[in-house]
Amino acid sequence: MIADADIAIVGAGVMGLALAYNLASDRRGSGGKRIVVVDGHYLAWGASGRNGGGVRQQWSTEMNVRLMQESMDICAHFAKRMRINVWMRRGGYLFLARTQAAARRLERNVAVQSRCGLETEIITPGEAQALVPELAVEPFVGACYNPSDGIVFPWPFLWGYAHAAAKHGVAIHTSTPVTAIARRAGGGFRITTPAGTFAAERIICAAGAWSPEVARLVGAALPNRPQRHEIMSTEPLKPFLKPMVTVSETGLYVSQSLRGELVGGISLPPEDDGGEVRLGSRLAFATTMARALVSLMPRLGHVKVVRQWAGPYDLSPDGDPIVGELPDVPGFHVVCGFRGHGFMMAPVVARHFAGYLSGGPPHEFLSAWSPARFTSGTPPRGGGEEMFIG
Amino acid sequence: MARKVILCRCEDVTLADVQHAVRLGYTDVEEVKRYTGFGTGPCQGKECLRGIVAAIAATAKSDPSTLTPFTSRPPLVPTELAVLAGAGTVPTRPSKRK
Repeated sequence: MIADADIAIVGAGVMGLALAYNLASDRRGSGGKRIVVVDGHYLAWGASGRNGGGVRQQWSTEMNVRLMQESMDICAHFAKRMRINVWMRRGGYLFLARTQAAARRLERNVAVQSRCGLETEIITPGEAQALVPELAVEPFVGACYNPSDGIVFPWPFLWGYAHAAAKHGVAIHTSTPVTAIARRAGGGFRITTPAGTFAAERIICAAGAWSPEVARLVGAALPNRPQRHEIMSTEPLKPFLKPMVTVSETGLYVSQSLRGELVGGISLPPEDDGGEVRLGSRLAFATTMARALVSLMPRLGHVKVVRQWAGPYDLSPDGDPIVGELPDVPGFHVVCGFRGHGFMMAPVVARHFAGYLSGGPPHEFLSAWSPARFTSGTPPRGGGEEMFIG
Repeated sequence: MARKVILCRCEDVTLADVQHAVRLGYTDVEEVKRYTGFGTGPCQGKECLRGIVAAIAATAKSDPSTLTPFTSRPPLVPTELAVLAGAGTVPTRPSKRK
């Protein structure tokens, strides 16, 4: 039995749960207070439980830098506010560039970040090596480092948001896949699940790479597509690696969690997946990643890999997220297309989107990321964000 | 019984940790793995899975045979990066099962 709702959120990942919490705790509450979250799996099954836990403020557009400065601030206070340990460690993010073109891009982006008050610095490969003595810096021609970026352990964010949302009266139904959505005459929806059917005035689809599947249930076609990304973790080591290290050209990233494990991934060539989410692990990833990691830090050769897994990036055609009401389906909102960076953006995006749905002012991302940009005739060019990893 | 019973030696997960997770409503092996971190260390659950399942079943008063193990991930045993780095290119497409 699922009670009727003012707002039904499909997807109990970090975005859906953060939205539920922010909506339920917003005092304006003009969006209605009966909030239901449904998900086909358990908490952390999807990309929110499969990502590398990086949280950084180094981006290339001013809007994204400022958004992530605010998100970082939410993360920094999350443990105290939500009373749960999120294993946050702010060792910074080090970006390495192998080509002059990539080095120039970093310089341009650092200038934008400086305007936002971020203390990112362009450093030499030698200075990068001083930061991470294990690095073999010969292939690199440029680098930048921001000391206040960091990493978290993703899973506790879900429990933190879920428990706080539940305290504010949100009903969270896991293992409850949505199998059908009917539009009611006069507005609103009827949502069918194996646990029963319920009515909702509005729906927010926060299903990440699975969003197109959910949107299809109301007859809408979303333009985003999934892309498999794989990740591995090693046996725990004594703390030695301060920053998250990333290589612009290959999409390699690696950090050491507070548990001591090295966690990292790398991009593989795109595959023809027919738009279907694929979560299988490939040996090609393990070997590609191992080669890249050993050449980046030769001393790691004897470190053992204990586990690899996969999660989907959720890519929109212009690279920007898709947030807002679908023009053809009044009452059906989407929050997707975050291109593998939705976890770190969720705290701030959920705060402002929930605020807007509760009657607050629209944040500028709502016009930049509107779903309407894909139906206006000319293909959108996006905001030009360059600092995506992978 | 001893005051502290360690069920997962890699990640120091105790019987009390498992009981706490179950009381919070995490009654599936995958959920308990995520909430306690059991099975994520060097043994990848090979030592601790049975004991944890027994503890979940006893706490949730469920039938252990209804609990399924968590997804097993490669590699089969902890493997050095240098070994993987030297593995070369290997066909990745699994053979089609009939």
